[in-house]
Amino acid sequence: MFQVRFHGRGGQGVVTAAEMLSVAAFLEGRHAQAFPSFGSERMGAPVVSFCRIDDKEIRLREPILEPDALIVQDPTLFKVVDVCQGLKPSGYLLVNSNRSLSELHLDAVVGRLPVGHALAVPASELALQHVGRPLPNAALLGAFAHLTGIVGLKSINAAIAEAFARKIADANIAAATAAYNVVAGAAAAA
Amino acid sequence: MLKQIEGSRAMAEAIGLCRPEVICAYPITPQTHIVEGLGEMVRTGDIANCEFINVESEFAALSVAIGASAAGARAYTATASQGLLYMAEAVYNAAGLGLPIVMTLGNRAIGAPINIWNDHSDAMAVCDSGWMQLFAETNQEAADLHIQAFRLAEELSMPVMVCVDGFILTHAVERVDVPEQADVDAYLPPYEPVQVLDPRDPVSIGAMVGPEAFTEVRYLQHYKQTLALRLIPEFAAEFKARFGRDSGGLLRSYRSGDADLVVVAMGSVNGTIKDTIDEMRADGVKIGLVTLVSFRPFPTAALRDELMRARHVVVIEKSLAVGMGGPLANNVDLALRNVRGAPQVHSVIAGLGGRPITRAALHRVLRQVLAQPWEGSHFLDLNEAIIAKELHHVRKVRRSGPTAENLLRRLGEAAEHSVV
Repeated sequence: MFQVRFHGRGGQGVVTAAEMLSVAAFLEGRHAQAFPSFGSERMGAPVVSFCRIDDKEIRLREPILEPDALIVQDPTLFKVVDVCQGLKPSGYLLVNSNRSLSELHLDAVVGRLPVGHALAVPASELALQHVGRPLPNAALLGAFAHLTGIVGLKSINAAIAEAFARKIADANIAAATAAYNVVAGAAAAA
Repeated sequence: MLKQIEGSRAMAEAIGLCRPEVICAYPITPQTHIVEGLGEMVRTGDIANCEFINVESEFAALSVAIGASAAGARAYTATASQGLLYMAEAVYNAAGLGLPIVMTLGNRAIGAPINIWNDHSDAMAVCDSGWMQLFAETNQEAADLHIQAFRLAEELSMPVMVCVDGFILTHAVERVDVPEQADVDAYLPPYEPVQVLDPRDPVSIGAMVGPEAFTEVRYLQHYKQTLALRLIPEFAAEFKARFGRDSGGLLRSYRSGDADLVVVAMGSVNGTIKDTIDEMRADGVKIGLVTLVSFRPFPTAALRDELMRARHVVVIEKSLAVGMGGPLANNVDLALRNVRGAPQVHSVIAGLGGRPITRAALHRVLRQVLAQPWEGSHFLDLNEAIIAKELHHVRKVRRSGPTAENLLRRLGEAAEHSVV
């Protein structure tokens, strides 16, 4: 089972992101379970959502306590909540930022993970460029697809197409594809 | 059709396939997405020949459903928590009048303190009202139970409540096989009422009944639920024959055949318990599970047959009868009444007000049953330190203040200390 925890703020599409990832996994014939952190969501408040992916039925209903991957939609959250709590030593960390992980003072966390498992991607900027609003969720999923290889970009894009109306979907698919290519470029450079 | 879909949406689609004729509901978290979905499907015509009635309260919602049902319509509503309490009088009336209404209950705690999260307090508050109560383990079962619920309700002319864990199921997106219309039509015949308000053939429904016949009316209500003990497995078997999967029934067992220790639970927590059981089995613990689907009628005999060979029965439930303990544990005790050499029953109260029930906590408490059994109810993951502080404060200070606020303040203080 592969478990992903999303951290963001109310209004950033954190819950939608987990749902889209689950749809992408479903489209690849896998079992997936997405669920929100069940709070009273408010704009700007820290929000958590979860997605589990497996090849068999997922029965577990506890919150994800030991994620295989963290997707952090707002880097300011590192100062507010214990974002990295429970992250597995083999895990992945994907942060939405146009700054490097070093500049975000995350060297200690990165050092605990395998090389190439932690990455910052300017998802909000890519979203601004392609969608016209700084909503980083779709772009981060594109980056996630390349970083982890858990799901393919094609499935991510199909899930985005299911979640939004045509025009907004196309723009988000462009953002996801751009983010995927940013990660591909970073991997090639390394 | 297999879909990756929100539980509420899957339930709405399944309810739509049952061809309801009147839907009335008042929004309350966490049930809202279900009736939003239904409202949309009525508007677009995906549900034909159906009226969606906006009402001003939960009391009105069920009252309208009662009127619609008495007039011969297939009627549906949904609610949760305080909403259910607000319609409580109508809940008893629907059952007492014998009207086959189906209601989804998005299980949620009852205040005060106000809390929007999941537990089973709401279902327990009306469990003796005469409604049948079926608990879903997954969103697949939540969808399927609604189809079976209309069949059961209309066969007996008695209302059925489908209990679905709020947020944990209602807001989870997972794989659900949404049935085909033709299959649902074949499984669920058109509603043929046993009593109907029709100007062409006038009757009155709702007579005042005195001591001369009240007991008999109640007895017949009770008798119908004993009939349901036979019908629920029959309808589940028929459902399996048509739809190809196990949903519903009175109860299901998991790895309990040779088990010394058998867990009993209702609702979505059964999945987490199954994973925990697999881990404990791997460590050589003879442990199993009985998932109770039907809480009303309570399957006393079926449960006794499942449990009587065990040495320990652990009832894990998301409800507390204040001043008594666990209501489900109490009912399980009843199933084992007068059984010679009956297993010990251990009561665990867990998941109140949405507290997560984790595998780690389940491992701890299930091992404690064998090593160090307790008297009364065990409260899973109880924060004993904060309780000790509050009790100390209450003993020392007469005007000790509101409990909920005191506890929240202490939690805040504890969090600050742990950061430093």
